[in-house]
Amino acid sequence: MSKVKPSFWGLGLAALVVFPLIVTNPTYTSIGVFTLLFMACATSWNMFSGYSGYVSLGTAIFYGCGAYTMALVSTHAHMAGGAAQFWLVPLGGLVAMVVAVPVGAIALRVRRHTFVVITIALFFVFQLLAINASFTGGAAGISLPLIPWLFNYYNLPFYYVALAMVIFATVLSALVRRSRFGLQLLAIRDDEDRALGLGVRVTAVKMTGFTMSAFTIGMAGALYAMFIGQIYPQFVFEPNFDITVALMAFLGGFGTLLGPLLGGLILEASQQYLTLSFSNGSLYLILFGVLFLLVILFMPQGIVPAVSKWWAGRGEKRARQSQAGTAVSTVSTKSTNPTVDPTPAGAKP
Amino acid sequence: MTTLLEAKDVSRSFGGVKALAGCSLSVDKGSITGLIGPNGSGKTTLFNVMTGYVKPEKGTVFFDGHDVTNARPNKIFALGVGRTFQLTRIFARISVIENMLVATQRDESWLRGLTRSKSSKSELEAAMEWLDFVGLARLASMQAGSLSYGQRKLLELAYVLVADPDVILLDEPAGGVNLTLINEISEKILALNKGGKTFLIVEHNMEFVMKICDKVTVMHQGCDLVTGTPAEVRANPAVLDAYLGSSDELDEEDVSA
Repeated sequence: MSKVKPSFWGLGLAALVVFPLIVTNPTYTSIGVFTLLFMACATSWNMFSGYSGYVSLGTAIFYGCGAYTMALVSTHAHMAGGAAQFWLVPLGGLVAMVVAVPVGAIALRVRRHTFVVITIALFFVFQLLAINASFTGGAAGISLPLIPWLFNYYNLPFYYVALAMVIFATVLSALVRRSRFGLQLLAIRDDEDRALGLGVRVTAVKMTGFTMSAFTIGMAGALYAMFIGQIYPQFVFEPNFDITVALMAFLGGFGTLLGPLLGGLILEASQQYLTLSFSNGSLYLILFGVLFLLVILFMPQGIVPAVSKWWAGRGEKRARQSQAGTAVSTVSTKSTNPTVDPTPAGAKP
Repeated sequence: MTTLLEAKDVSRSFGGVKALAGCSLSVDKGSITGLIGPNGSGKTTLFNVMTGYVKPEKGTVFFDGHDVTNARPNKIFALGVGRTFQLTRIFARISVIENMLVATQRDESWLRGLTRSKSSKSELEAAMEWLDFVGLARLASMQAGSLSYGQRKLLELAYVLVADPDVILLDEPAGGVNLTLINEISEKILALNKGGKTFLIVEHNMEFVMKICDKVTVMHQGCDLVTGTPAEVRANPAVLDAYLGSSDELDEEDVSA
């Protein structure tokens, strides 16, 4: 696991907190909101898929359910647009969790590639439902209550709610990693049948992880709907979303804590920036293609594992160099393979 | 002696192959029972039936008075039946000590797993003790995937032991392991047996089986052929038949080939 110092986390958090206070241009703060939403989604996705190895490409089901919860409840309840709508964000998460139960019950019966395909299929079922069901407003979408906030400050509340969501997802993911439950997910990733034979209730563990991860994603969807003010089925139940979230986690480091945050930050921020800077909306796809080729070529495990490995290797090299400097002639005593060094017992976890 | 684990008239086929055809086996409490037979005679399938991985079409499995015929593997493990696999299976991408911790829970509810940290102090101590027992304590924080084949075998044994099962099913503990390690493993098994653990061992290495087992069952074509002490089994002409096709002009040494 990544051994990132607490001070690093503090610095990162501080940077995210002060960002909209320094960069006040609404164009950039709105990029900030989208980026934070994706960071939260990627972290939450990784909390189940990254730990358990069950790569889900049906994430947009939960995003869409969250978005529609926000849209439908706020319009049907004739809510005035404003801060009160934020209360619907957790409700969106809860609805996503409820939806995740039958989705998980179907999809988690199968493994690996079949699981991926089933999640994609279920995703399209939900997209079709959103387009064709009567209560969703169909392809015309739903307009949410207008929020009468000043243009210059409109993004700020969204930014901080999204940031809170990122913190929530990250803390939850870290807690899961430290819990017995997280260990069970990792055991399932490596060998599900063996885990079952060691008393792990694999079905219950997988279902719990799947529904837990749907919660934050549903909240992100709800916040997105409120932020945009108008939703269409093909934009909240979007296949690109499924893939983007997974790619963010893979880019940053599948199964690591920091990886999906970093992946979300890099990908979403650059995508939004490129789309805004160049009128050509799909230029970013070409750049992403190049970026992914580079990452797959040079860091197949993702950025975080590759960098931490390089960092550890650098430290070792330096230690060896200083050793060689002090012990001038005793060359042969150097250990050739530093990884088999006996580590003090009980040093972990 | 009382019977701890028992399979009665178990049958199971895969497609047209009758892997088990009315096989019975009993394991006495406190014994080391060997299970031998030619390749494809159904030993591993019997293991799978007894540990819940494969459901039998006919027959029953009892453990300590409980009918566990159709129970799930985690339930059977929780009752106290631990097993290893022929192709060693460890969790390669987590550390050695975390491998041990996966098994410590045994009969914990999944809800408890959500709310507790992954190890308590006593669990960690027990895990380290068993790692020490198999000689892997110094590798505790290493990623399990970087262990050698023999070390993986030992780790698999250790994490089954950490859950403190009453009976341990070992599928070829000496397969593909060098002689020194085979002796080490047999010593560990004997030491554990003295401490009250019951063993059921599938093994092709006859020397190993004959040395440590109290009782040996020979399987052939999905049935139990002969059960007896190692000496009795060795002398039985039916066993020679099963292994080599004919008992003519063959002495005991050929059995161990």
